[in-house]
Amino acid sequence: MSLGDWIGQSENLVFLAVGVVMLAAGFWVVTSRNLVHAVLMLVVALAGSAALFLLLGAEFVAWTVVLVYIGAVVVLFLFGLMITRAPLRRDPLPLDHRRRWPAALVAVAVFATLAYATTAFFGWEQGEAVERSLTGDLGELLFRRFVIPFEAVSFVLLAALIGGIVLARKDPRE
Amino acid sequence: MSLLDNVWVVLALKLGIAVVVVFAVALVIMFAELKVSAHMQHRVGPYFAGGRWGWAQVFAEALKFLQKEDLTPRDADRPVFRLAPMVSLLATFAVIVIIPLSPKLVAVDLDLGIFYALAAGSVSTIAILMAGWSSGSKYSLIGGLRAGAQLIAYELPLVLAVVGVVIQAGTMSMVGITEAQAQPLFHLGSVGISLPYVLAGQIVGFVIFMIAVLAELVRIPFDMPIAEQELVMGYLTEYSGIRFTMFLLGEYAGMLAMSAIAAVLFLGGYHFWGLNADWFGPFVLLGKALLLVFVMIWFRWTWPRLREDQLQSLAWRWLVPLGLANIAVTAVLKVVL
Repeated sequence: MSLGDWIGQSENLVFLAVGVVMLAAGFWVVTSRNLVHAVLMLVVALAGSAALFLLLGAEFVAWTVVLVYIGAVVVLFLFGLMITRAPLRRDPLPLDHRRRWPAALVAVAVFATLAYATTAFFGWEQGEAVERSLTGDLGELLFRRFVIPFEAVSFVLLAALIGGIVLARKDPRE
Repeated sequence: MSLLDNVWVVLALKLGIAVVVVFAVALVIMFAELKVSAHMQHRVGPYFAGGRWGWAQVFAEALKFLQKEDLTPRDADRPVFRLAPMVSLLATFAVIVIIPLSPKLVAVDLDLGIFYALAAGSVSTIAILMAGWSSGSKYSLIGGLRAGAQLIAYELPLVLAVVGVVIQAGTMSMVGITEAQAQPLFHLGSVGISLPYVLAGQIVGFVIFMIAVLAELVRIPFDMPIAEQELVMGYLTEYSGIRFTMFLLGEYAGMLAMSAIAAVLFLGGYHFWGLNADWFGPFVLLGKALLLVFVMIWFRWTWPRLREDQLQSLAWRWLVPLGLANIAVTAVLKVVL
């Protein structure tokens, strides 16, 4: 497919616009000197990922991203920021870290692994187009075919939750 | 080929109807709040504006707010401060889109329906935190913090109450849930008293939902975030003029939206005995929603404000376990009966 054909389709244009916005927002998140602005830009980036899921016809996943990530995770970020230090304007502390290059390396490595795994599994050919997925079908898949991975993931999450409480809580005897 | 086949005409019509209806009903609710609160306190309330019953009072107030100067404090974070009311209003309007006024008169009947409404509504928390932080005032910051803690705590019972309805109806579509209530089998089992269209088995869910809605809308008895005696106006302290009006409108439109959703989920939506849903649906639904709005106003003028720790323990120690128990009972009865 030539570039002209690719641009000619409206979904691809929307994809391009969403992608550009997401990239810009992501860039802002890591470069902003104001923590709260960084978190708010993270909201834009996450909304972009929800829009991508909508483009793919996965409505349930898209609105889950909005409900869980924007409505809960980012709210917790903001809440934590405000309860500890709510920097208005410039953050007095430098938002930098000594180990920024190893961190960047890890980020690039994660991206490369995910990109390779995805393309190696699905290939570059155009797959068959999926119509909008219905929630009922998703539920059937999740609780019939993928029930073991689903339970495993929830077990891991539960373990992480208990671990978090154990770490945050001081032993009353100490 | 009629005019209604054109996508853009339909879209424009839907947008126009939604905006006009929402603004009109929000004004009606504002007026009701003035009048109902006045009569509950043995006052007359607005009396002179417009002649009879002071009906023009809300227009006068709206114009007064619009004329006021749109202030941004010097210490505020300008872009975030100016954006926050719009995000708040956007979240409320996004919820209104899916409310079915009659079997056909619905802007979008999403397969996900109520799940989408909960997701869109959760964005308003961000708006409140934005407003609280960006005002650059400690009252606003404390108000924003309280609001954040409160909205996180009450989002959970809200979702849990909805899950019971979804299990019972077997669908998340708003039209689907309404139609499920029209069938006699919707209420829990065929045992018990048949209550067509009204609280079909989900009385516990209804109570949890309404309490959580009051908390989500930050209204008395859950208005600690804007408690005027301690925090001036909480996260609204620094707002004036049109931006304050946006928050105010967001609150009243939110009351309408959440009441209408409650009416759809628990009270049979646009159905009523002996009335054709195609023709009388919108009036029936609005009537039910306004009844619930009246209950909200009634609560506001008869209950004292809760304390912060009472609010949190009500959510986490009572409403969440109750919601979980409601889900368990609903699921068991759904399978058994």
